[in-house]
Parts: sequence; C-alpha cells; structure tokens
Amino acid sequence: MQKRVLTSPPGQAGKIKEGNAYRGCAEVQLPGLYLHIPFCAVKCRYCNFFSVTKIPEIPRFLQALFKEALLQRGVFDSFDTLYIGGGTPSLLSPFQLSELISHLRKTYDIFEDAEVTMEVNPADVGLPVLEHMRALGINRLNIGVQSFDDTLLSFLGRRHDGSQAIQSIMAARQAGFDHIGIDLIYGIPGQTRQAWKKALEYAASLNIPHLSCYQLTLESDTPLGKSCAQGLFKIPDDDELFGFFMDTSEFLESSGYTHYEVSNFALGKSFVSRHNSKYWRHIPYLGLGPAAHSFDGGKRWENVRSLECYFQRLERGERPVESCEVLTNEELQMETLFLGFRTRAGIDLGAFSERFGVDLWASKKDFLKPLLSAGHLRIANGRLQPTRTGMALADALALL
Amino acid sequence: MDYIRNFSIIAHIDHGKSTLADRLIQFTGISDERTFKDQMLDNMDIERERGITIKSQAITLPYKARDGKTYSLNLIDTPGHVDFSYEVSRALASCEGVLLLIDAAQGVQAQTVANLYLAMEHDLEIIPVINKIDLPSADVERVIEQIDDELGLDSEGHLKCSAKAGIGIEEILEAIVQRIPPPKGNPENPLAALIFDAHYDAFRGTIIHCRIMDGTVKSGDTIRFMSNSATYRVEEAGHFLLQREKRQALCAGEVGYIIAGVKTVSDVRTGDTITLDENPCSRPLPGFREVKPVVFASIYPIASDDYEDLKTALEKYQLNDASFIYTKDSSAALGQGFRCGFLGLLHLEVVQERLEREYDQSIILSVPSVRYRFTLKDGSVVYVDNPAHYPGSSSIELSEEPYIRANLMLPERYLGAVMKLCMEKRGANSTLNYPSPGRVELIYELPLAEVIYDFYDRFKSVTQGYGSFDYEVIDYREGQLALLDILVNGERVDALSQIVHRDRARARGLQACERLKEEIPRQMFKIAIQGAIGGEIISRTTISAFRKDVIAKCYGGDISRKRKLLEKQKKGKKRMKMIGQVSIPQSAFLSVLKSDAD
Repeated sequence: MQKRVLTSPPGQAGKIKEGNAYRGCAEVQLPGLYLHIPFCAVKCRYCNFFSVTKIPEIPRFLQALFKEALLQRGVFDSFDTLYIGGGTPSLLSPFQLSELISHLRKTYDIFEDAEVTMEVNPADVGLPVLEHMRALGINRLNIGVQSFDDTLLSFLGRRHDGSQAIQSIMAARQAGFDHIGIDLIYGIPGQTRQAWKKALEYAASLNIPHLSCYQLTLESDTPLGKSCAQGLFKIPDDDELFGFFMDTSEFLESSGYTHYEVSNFALGKSFVSRHNSKYWRHIPYLGLGPAAHSFDGGKRWENVRSLECYFQRLERGERPVESCEVLTNEELQMETLFLGFRTRAGIDLGAFSERFGVDLWASKKDFLKPLLSAGHLRIANGRLQPTRTGMALADALALL
Repeated sequence: MDYIRNFSIIAHIDHGKSTLADRLIQFTGISDERTFKDQMLDNMDIERERGITIKSQAITLPYKARDGKTYSLNLIDTPGHVDFSYEVSRALASCEGVLLLIDAAQGVQAQTVANLYLAMEHDLEIIPVINKIDLPSADVERVIEQIDDELGLDSEGHLKCSAKAGIGIEEILEAIVQRIPPPKGNPENPLAALIFDAHYDAFRGTIIHCRIMDGTVKSGDTIRFMSNSATYRVEEAGHFLLQREKRQALCAGEVGYIIAGVKTVSDVRTGDTITLDENPCSRPLPGFREVKPVVFASIYPIASDDYEDLKTALEKYQLNDASFIYTKDSSAALGQGFRCGFLGLLHLEVVQERLEREYDQSIILSVPSVRYRFTLKDGSVVYVDNPAHYPGSSSIELSEEPYIRANLMLPERYLGAVMKLCMEKRGANSTLNYPSPGRVELIYELPLAEVIYDFYDRFKSVTQGYGSFDYEVIDYREGQLALLDILVNGERVDALSQIVHRDRARARGLQACERLKEEIPRQMFKIAIQGAIGGEIISRTTISAFRKDVIAKCYGGDISRKRKLLEKQKKGKKRMKMIGQVSIPQSAFLSVLKSDAD
C-alpha cells in the first residue's frame, strides 16, 4: 500500500472534486468514504451507535444504500480510503459483501491503493469468509475483540468469547491480512490494572500492528449506563482511569507502538489508520447509511437515525439527510483544536494561522505557557503537540 | 374617601401571608380561574421559588360589603424576612390598619412581635388573625392566650381563618371595612403623596408607587419631588389591579401609580414626598425610616468590558430596591466594580440573583463584611466596611465592631443548644424570659459579624426550624480584629479578604480554605489556597489537578456533539473569574462566609 504523508490542512471541497487530477500527489488530501451498516445480531450493553437487530432487512437496506450512493454522487467522487463500519458489517453474507463492494466501485472512484477497512465481530469470521474479503480488495481488518477475558466480555454483553477472539486474529493472518487492528476496552468494572496490562502484553506478543484501546464510556441511554446510574456497579474514578491510560501508553510505546491518537496505537507509521486520521485532521468525509455523518470542510450533515425513515426517503428519491449545520469560523477553530490535541502530531500553528487568521501562540500565550512548563504540551517543527499527559487532557486543552 | 381602606398583612415568615392575599384577591373576584396563580403578588421568580415575599406590592380590591356599599380595599403586601423590615415600614406608612397574621400551630414568633411594634409605631388599627386553623396541630386557644399575654392586644377582636382552605375570608374583608378607619386627608389640599416603591418598566420608564395623603394628582400636572426639587409632568396615573389601570386622577386616601417620564432613575427616592410644583405642601410627610445597610460587599462584572452595563443595571435596580446602596470601587484582582450596602445576607443573595435574572448581569460578589470602626494612633476615627481599606495593625489604637441585640424565641427544649451557639458566637449580656409555658425569649448581645457569618442557618438548624429571630443594631464595642487574606497560588485575592476577630482567625482561615476547596473546580494545575494574617500563613489546602479529560472515541459522527459540549463548557468558564491561571466560580466568594456545621 502506498504511504501518504499527511501534512497539509484540509482543502476546499471544490478542489477535492477534481480528485483524479491529484492521484498520487502526496500533498493533497482526498476525502474518506464511510459506510454505516446498522445491523447487529445483539446489542452490546455499552454501545449507543445506531443499529437494529432486524437482520432480514439487510437486502432492502443494501438496495437503499446503493440508491443513496448514487444520489450523493457529486459531493465527492474520489476516495482514497473506505471504511465499512457499523453496526456489525460482518453480518453481511459473502454475496452481499461482493455486491456492496462492486456497487461502490461502480459508483465512485475508489483508488486502487485505497485503504479499505472493515469492522468484524470475532464470532462471525472463519477463514473462508476472511479469504473472500481479502479477494474483494478489503485490505485492513478491525476486529472487535474488546477483551480476552470471558467474564468481562459477558459483562459487556458481547456474543463472542476470548478463544474466538484469538482464533479470529489467527485466521485473519492466515487469510493474508497484514493490516489488522483490534479494539480493547479498559475501565470495565471488575477489571484490575494488572489484568489490563496482561491483555496488552498478550496483544503485543501477537504483534498485532494496530491497537485501539478505549476507556469504557458510559452513555446514559445504554443498558450499562442505566444500571450504573441505578448504582448497580461503579466504574473507576478519574484518577484510576488516568492510571489505566498512562499504563497503556507507557507499556505499548515501550513495546514499539506509536501512541498516535488518544485511543490508538500503531506499530510504525504504515499501520496508522488513514481513514480515521482524516477525522482528526479535519479532512472531508462522506458517510452513507442511517445516522452517518458527512463533512465537506465547511458544513456537516447527519443522516436520519431510523432505518424506516432511511428507506422512505430513498424510495421517494430524496437524500436521507436529517440535519445539516454550516460551521462558523469559531466552530471550525474549536474542532481543529480538540481534534488536533487528540493526536500526537498536534496542531500545525502555521496552517492554523493561515486558515483562521489567528496566531494561536501569540494570542493564547498566557494559557499555553504554563501548560508547556507543566509538560502537557510541547512545540516541535512549528506544531503545538500534546505530550502523553496532554493527550489525556485533550478536551480541556481545547478550551483555551 | 369613606369607601377606601388601606391595609397591609404582617406576619412571621411562613405564616401564610401570600396565601391569604391570594384568597382575598380571589374572593373579590378580580382574578378568574384563568389568570389566577398561587402567590399572585409574588411575581418575581425568586419569590415563588423561595416562597418568600421580597418586594412590597400593591393591589386594589373592589369589595361589595354586607352594608351594600362597594369599597376599594388597597392591599399592600409586605415581606416577612428580618432583612426586609425597611420595606415593611414603608408599606405601613401608607396604611391605616393591618392584619396581624399568626399561624395557629406555631403561635407568636419573633417577627410577629417585631412587625407588631412597627405597626404600633405607625399608630395603625391592628386586627389579629389566626391562620391555618384547619391544621391538625393547630392550637387556637394557646394562640389566643399569646395574643393577650405576649402581644398585649385584646384577643376579643381576633378572627380565625384558613387561607389555604378559604375559611373565614369574608369575615376578614368585613373587619377591614368596619374596623380599619377610612383614610384622612382632603382632596382640595395641596398634594402630598408618599413614594413607597418604584420600579422600572422598559416601555414606560419609571413607575412610581405612591399613597396620596392629601390633595389630588392628575395627568398633565407638574409634580415636584421634595427631596431634590426635580419636576416632571405627569403622563399617567392610575390604580393597581392585576395590571395597571389608568384613572383620571388619584385623590387623597388612594393608592396607585404615577408615570411621569422620569429618566434619571436616581431622582426617585423611595420615602420621598411628591407635591405639585405650583401649589406645594408646606413640608414633607414623616414616617419613613432611613435605610441603614449593615452588610457590605463589592460587585464586579465577570468580564471587565461589562462594567458600563452593570452600572446601568445597578441604577435601574436601585429604583426598585430602596434599601440597596452602592458606590464605585475597584479591586486589584477583580478590576472596576461597586461597593454595595445590604440589609443582611439574604438581601445580598436576593440582589445577586435579581441582577442576574432580571438584569442579565454576570457578576462576582466579594466576601461580605460589616462596617468596623478604627481609632488610629493619630487620633482620627475611620469606618471601614471594605477589608481592602483595613488601616494596617500598626497604626490602629482601638478596633471596634458593631453589635446587635438579638431577640430569639424558641421552645424551651432547645434552650441549651441555642445558648451554646450564642456563646460560640461571642454573645454577651443575656436575658431570659418565659412569656408562656414551654417557650422562652432569649435576648443576647452579639457581634454583627458573627451573625452575618452563619448564625441564622445554624440557629434554624439547632432549633429544627422552631426558633425565630429578630435583631437590631445597638452600638460599637471593642474587639481584637485582624485582616485575614486569602492567597490563590500565592496571589493575594483582595475580594476574598475578611476582617475577623483575632480569636477566630485560625478557625476562619481554615474554614475559608476548606470552603474554597469545595467550590473551586479541579483544574489542569494543582491549586494552593492559603489563609494569611499579616504575612503569616495560618491555613492551607490544595486542590489537586484533574489529569484526564478526553472522550475515548471521536470519529466522524462524534465531532459535532463533542464540539457542542465543549462550547457549553467554554460558556461556563466565561462565567468564572480568572485569577492568574485559576478560574474561580462566583459561588466561591460567598461560600467563604457559609458554615458547614449544619
């Protein structure tokens, strides 16, 4: 896969439309394409992403999705990353998946060397399925492992166990995937820091090139959030979570990983998620499917959060957009800050000043200087970068 | 004029004054089901929320009495809390009689007595009314005894009612008609009208609330304020029904409003007399007491750019709250602001809330203080109500602080706890009376500074709400005083300084630090809070830094939501005051004076 050095700030939407002209040019940022497959066999207790369990609706959904892709053509036409997320995209049958990929390739210009990621559930993927995915051009897998511990997995309401998790990683390797990422969760009630470190050690020993380590976030509208509000269990306090965060970063970096975003680690630059990096770098993206978001550099829109509405709108030939916001200069600045402070690369001060006409360093010196001396920020190559402790404070830093 | 009655309802807090007013309004039929809401006269949000009356309000009730004639009953509602006795006094000066409302279960309380004295000073007809007679715990016989023994009134004339259940309302209205004398005064005499309140209306300017004592005023007249000789042309005069109702003229004996294009809000001084420019009365009306603030604090805008806005808001506010006074002030930590005088801590909190809600101001209040008196070594005497002006201990010959005489009424079983509290608050010269079996009246002399510090809350808590309290300022007494400074990350915050009694200094310093630790949110840095007297650190606490503040997942669908949350937080942060690197919330400044003992 071709490596791209992602350095320039997001360009104008208009420029990006001429994507083909820029093929191979390392300086230009092409938008990413995201597909939201809103189906799950069961809902996990902590998850508040939009999904439904009506598996028989998948064929109808795919037809609607193809319609949407056609309708949205013209917003952007060329993409160098594709991310199939959800939901649980691995619920699609091999045939449905082939159909999906071929339709997308027909509708849009997806580069030959594009990063094509698919999220999979360890319970769904045996070797034949994975080989089929590989053959379709999917070149990156993100496996929803979450934990290797059966007790914690059942607490989270996952439908796989630890051994399935391990098998899926092995099978992905066997099927020829180099780019494998797994999700892991810390801060689960009952999980000790020691046990978490064991899980990290195990993941590192498998040489998995990409790890996403998420702190368990309780959303109030999830079963887990509700039972926590009822006092049925307690999650670790902020100081304890900070401990988990620091353990994770220190251990993985000592094992050769780069802590390139708050929750993401890669074994070297080539394994960084190119698609997800677009979000943090404020680069445009097109999202298809219910509840998917899109961003063209100046406005962001959200699709309807209901499968029924999604169907109806597309059957009438309308774009399934629920709401759209045009971002003001201040709003774009705020996003640039909190997204930038999430990443090791930080914020390019020159680009910031060029884009917003604000000299961040000069105007916020009183706020920034003490943070530099406290070791939360550093300045390198004209960039304002969070340190490890700074990343843990990314949201607070953005309030400068 | 024979068909006018001007009256007020006075009572201890929570004895049902606003509810009775509601019933009288309903009974006379000026409000129907649709326009009626509870606590009709408490139309400020803050009054409804706290269940208290802060402002005097007037309303005219048309009442067809049993004698077949229709009377105009002017009800002037008054506040119940001890901080607002000045408002009560102004209202009473506009009346000929009062309903003295007593809770049948709680009996006579400290403010029942205090308000009765006020009414007596104005020589008003007093009708004792026993309320809440339908409560299971009502003890009407005992209250009748108290009316005789404790109040020294003739209990023969008492009325019984339940304002909540609507029992006995007509009897009250009849008693008002028959027993309260009609107003005196002559519509032909030169105009003399008492200003008992005023408020600012965004459309009409200043609305003056007044009682016409003598003479007549009508639109087109040129009126003159006697205190400053300012003259204005009357645009409109009328009565207060549920809304303002325009009238041809207001005559002697009537209560109503005057709109006269008064732009300079400070021209209208509550308590002033209005007369006619071409035919003035010979002298101003007596009867209003001068405002004497006892608690002082500075108000600063959170953003220094808002200083001018705040200035305008205070001007308008003062018009509606005659007991609030202010002058310019400035602070090293907080910039330009105003030094303000209040009647007490509740008054201060009410002013703060009203400035925020009604005038949309974001303000910081410094730590409240009383007014101290210092005799300096050079023989001069200075009064200091702002710790920033503390003269420096080496130049002081004699330090004195204001004392009050507190009148405490409580069931006997709490006597021990209350005496202990008074001792702790440096109380002296106590007297104990037993006005009736099981009840005690305790009189103590206490430093005012101790009382504004948490006394009222503590007293209510140790008597489980059964104690009542009233006080008057008596004189200055010598006390060993010192200036307690608070340092936040080594920086002295002058708005947090207090003058304290030397014996209390360490305890106060500790308490201030603990309180600030609770109020100041954790920030990205460790914050050291220190209490110091004359450079010596006497207390310290540390607020540890928060170390994690970031959402775990932030992908395409999360960005807008996260941004909106951060924008909200940023707004919240703007409502805090930055002292160096530390954001201090408004609440921190007042918290220093609050106790955690209850």
